[in-house]
Amino acid sequence: MKQSDFLKMVFPFKNKVFRFAKRLLVSTEEAEDATQELFLKLWKNREKIADYKNVEAFAMTMTKHYCYDRLKSKQAGNLTLVHTNYKEKETSLDKKIEDQDSVDQVHRLIQRLPEQQKMIIQLRDIEQYDYDEISKIVDMQPTAVRVALSRARKTIRQELTKTHNYGVS
Amino acid sequence: MELANIEQLIEKYLNAATSLQEEATLKNYFTQGNIAPHLQEYEALFNYFEKNKAEVFTETIQLDIKKRPNRKLKWLSVAASIAVSVSVFIGNQEYRKYQKEKTFAQVRNALQMLSLNLNKGASAIAKVHAYENTINTIIK
Repeated sequence: MKQSDFLKMVFPFKNKVFRFAKRLLVSTEEAEDATQELFLKLWKNREKIADYKNVEAFAMTMTKHYCYDRLKSKQAGNLTLVHTNYKEKETSLDKKIEDQDSVDQVHRLIQRLPEQQKMIIQLRDIEQYDYDEISKIVDMQPTAVRVALSRARKTIRQELTKTHNYGVS
Repeated sequence: MELANIEQLIEKYLNAATSLQEEATLKNYFTQGNIAPHLQEYEALFNYFEKNKAEVFTETIQLDIKKRPNRKLKWLSVAASIAVSVSVFIGNQEYRKYQKEKTFAQVRNALQMLSLNLNKGASAIAKVHAYENTINTIIK
């Protein structure tokens, strides 16, 4: 496989990989690095890829594993920079004012979800994958995916309704 | 789209029972701007999904490892150059201090020698004084 063929093949889902990585790693730079790293890995394994029917789902699964590894190594070392940044943002006054921007609020609500629900929301509501693909990527039964998704959506709804009603009254 | 239908779809959506097509219908409804008041809290949600999907990977994919600019390496080189310049500065300072101490020790040695010899001279003078005194007492 030539480089140009490979790039043509991965081009349609490079943004999905990037957004997925960003959802898990939070920072744009980390996500960019992860995306580069991932495509390099795919390129090195190009012989194997040919055997996969669904390269995109395979790439997303690899992204998940890669991000998990990154998060783990960050916790093991003391590079918790991204997360402390995030917490600081949460408490700062500026952020509280920004909360009134409800689109930003949705972002924060999703980031607060457990890792698994976060991924499923990303894959379903933003990337519109079907349940079979999602269950492959996150390595869960399709019914379990639905349960987690429903839970995530309800949590977000509940929080949104709370602030919405609070804003009105 | 009828409102009752949207309400039904929302219920299904929360139970994760909607199809991708139905979710597209919901997204269309909530991003067009004209939303029933009691459903307004969903507006932000679907707008967020839409907004998030617009975020793209702007870098070009580098498959050549050598060509890939490494962000960490870049920062590492910045850190290294700072470390080098700081150590050169401190090293230079230390060297100067050492030089000063060396000249100080030399001067101290010289002064000590001087004072030692001065004391020798002074004791000789004291002897002369004692001699003179005895002579004076004898003469008188």
